[in-house]
Amino acid sequence: MAIPFSYSFRNLWTRRLTTVLTASGMALVVFVFASILMLSEGLRKTLVDTGSPDNVVVIRKGSASEVQSGIERIQAAIVETEPEVAFGVRGRRLLAKELLVLINLPKRGTNKTSQVVIRGIQPESLLLRPQVKLVQGRMPKAGSSEIMAGASIARRFRGGGVGENLRFGMRDWTVVGIFDAGNSAFSSEIWGDADQLMQAFRRPVYSSVIFKLADSSAFEAVKKRLEGDPRLTLEARRETKYYADQSEMMAKFLRILGMSLTVIFSLGAIIGAMITMYSAVANRTSEIGTLRALGFQRGSILAAFLMESLLLGLVGGCIGLFFASFLQLFTISTLNFQTFSELAFSFTLTFEIFYKSLLFSLIMGFVGGVLPAFRAARKNIVEALRVT
Amino acid sequence: MNQTKPPIVRIRNLSKSYRRGSQIIPVLEDITFDIPDGEFLALMGPSGSGKSTLLNLLAGIDSADTGSILINGVEITTLAETELARWRSLHVGFIFQFYNLIPVLTAFENVELPLLLTRLSRQERRAHVETALRVVGLADRMDHYPAQLSGGQQQRVAIARAVVTDPTILVADEPTGDLDRYSAGEILDLMDRLNRESGKTIIMVTHDPRAAEKAHVIRYLEKGELSDASQ
Ligand SMILES: Nc1ncnc2c1ncn2[C@@H]1O[C@H](COP(=O)(O)OP(=O)(O)OP(=O)(O)O)[C@@H](O)[C@H]1O
Ligand SMILES: [Mg+2]
Repeated sequence: MAIPFSYSFRNLWTRRLTTVLTASGMALVVFVFASILMLSEGLRKTLVDTGSPDNVVVIRKGSASEVQSGIERIQAAIVETEPEVAFGVRGRRLLAKELLVLINLPKRGTNKTSQVVIRGIQPESLLLRPQVKLVQGRMPKAGSSEIMAGASIARRFRGGGVGENLRFGMRDWTVVGIFDAGNSAFSSEIWGDADQLMQAFRRPVYSSVIFKLADSSAFEAVKKRLEGDPRLTLEARRETKYYADQSEMMAKFLRILGMSLTVIFSLGAIIGAMITMYSAVANRTSEIGTLRALGFQRGSILAAFLMESLLLGLVGGCIGLFFASFLQLFTISTLNFQTFSELAFSFTLTFEIFYKSLLFSLIMGFVGGVLPAFRAARKNIVEALRVT
Repeated sequence: MNQTKPPIVRIRNLSKSYRRGSQIIPVLEDITFDIPDGEFLALMGPSGSGKSTLLNLLAGIDSADTGSILINGVEITTLAETELARWRSLHVGFIFQFYNLIPVLTAFENVELPLLLTRLSRQERRAHVETALRVVGLADRMDHYPAQLSGGQQQRVAIARAVVTDPTILVADEPTGDLDRYSAGEILDLMDRLNRESGKTIIMVTHDPRAAEKAHVIRYLEKGELSDASQ
């Protein structure tokens, strides 16, 4: 039978101060580790929630996003006639030809400006995005200079609230409504009439065509036809995939940043744990000798010290996660790297991140403790007993 | 009386030397002697004469250069490390000069420690530990940590830990070396009682003539060689 678990636990408890200090180092690393995972999860969730699997986004071939895309009116009209496009009310196709423009707007409380997505919409745009809900004011009237702002725009940009005015495209636009699109990227957009915006910005072409499939499984067929049509220079993606692709680059960036930070910090924390464990082994040399004399095997000594170090890691992991969980209260706005516009999202803690962080803290405990534990196990009994 | 029983410890031609750099320091040279079952033996001799070394060898925590150590019929010099550890857990009770209790474990848990290496159930272990602590008169101190006990009390807990597995031999290296006269007397009385009432074979290294007095036999170790008290 092994040396009891309480032996490892109480030794940590006995030197509480050292334990807490060492665990804090690991906690910091787990905090960084978890928060970056939470950040990239929040971003992914925001962008993926933005799309709906039955919707198809059509943009110009080779353009990474709606921002770089341009679709001639004639081409857009051809897309509208595809048989796979669903019908909505009064026999109208559930399809919207939209415009996307980036503008700089000043933020509230500072003079700094930030880039914002303006989306020119058509009546069907709202039917295609049921997650977009008006929470204040009313819808802009078609053919007017009225606009509505996403909830996070209203909160963070000067002139974004109901009744306020925003100036862009050499015109003043009145905000008549605020819409909430939950956790999606739409919450960071401003929506207005597509034709009015095209006039204001002197843009002759649409940016994208969005439509709903009558039958979700018909996607491959319509994609093949659109992309094979010699009159068209377009590509089609499911809306979910379109937004997931957008998050890809940001996610990759966060992964690289997160992993480099984590590796650098964890080296420090592991060395800290190693120093603590080496001194624990040195301080308890005669104790190790005693246990061995009583008949405990080298393996039991190894296990007891390793357990101690794993526990140390776990304590660090729990502290780090505890603090990281508070990050969920914050909303972050950052640059969407694909559109170079502002995007608001929050840190999201998932079960996967939770257990990955704890696993990571255990790994740090293990790596920090394995050499000291081997030193403890390798000691010669008589020499260990001679140390007092 | 002793001649009728087979010896519990039988040492033949035992030698041990230490190497310090290129220099070889002989500590024990060709030691041969027997210890009868139920003996209370005191091992004396000047500092550095090899008393501890000899004790460690027959307790199975150090290895000899040559010679044989037979304890209750088992040749321990040829046992592999893991077998030797197992053998110690069953057959040797250790009493150290500085008690060597585990500070983070209570008196009860310290005494229970060697029983964790046996197949005894939790209840059986509890019964054994309580008996052992009662024998040393510390049944009421079960939940105390070593730091909450006096030196003499700690040594009594250590004795309870040494006898709880009912080992074949008890080895004690200067068990009273760190104690005042009064506590030392208590410890010696306890060891004497264990020897007389339970028939424990005790091998005790000591510098203290009063401690040696309690023993049946005193042997002297000097310049690597063993001699009787009578000489
Ligand atoms: N690991 C070692 N390396 C070198 N020499 C050692 C080692 N261990 C013990 N010795 C030497 O062996 C000799 C015997 O040591 P031992 O500890 O057995 O003596 P002792 O009789 O118990 O002495 P004391 O009464 O002081 O405890 C001493 O000369 C000591 O210096
Ligand atoms: Mg000695």
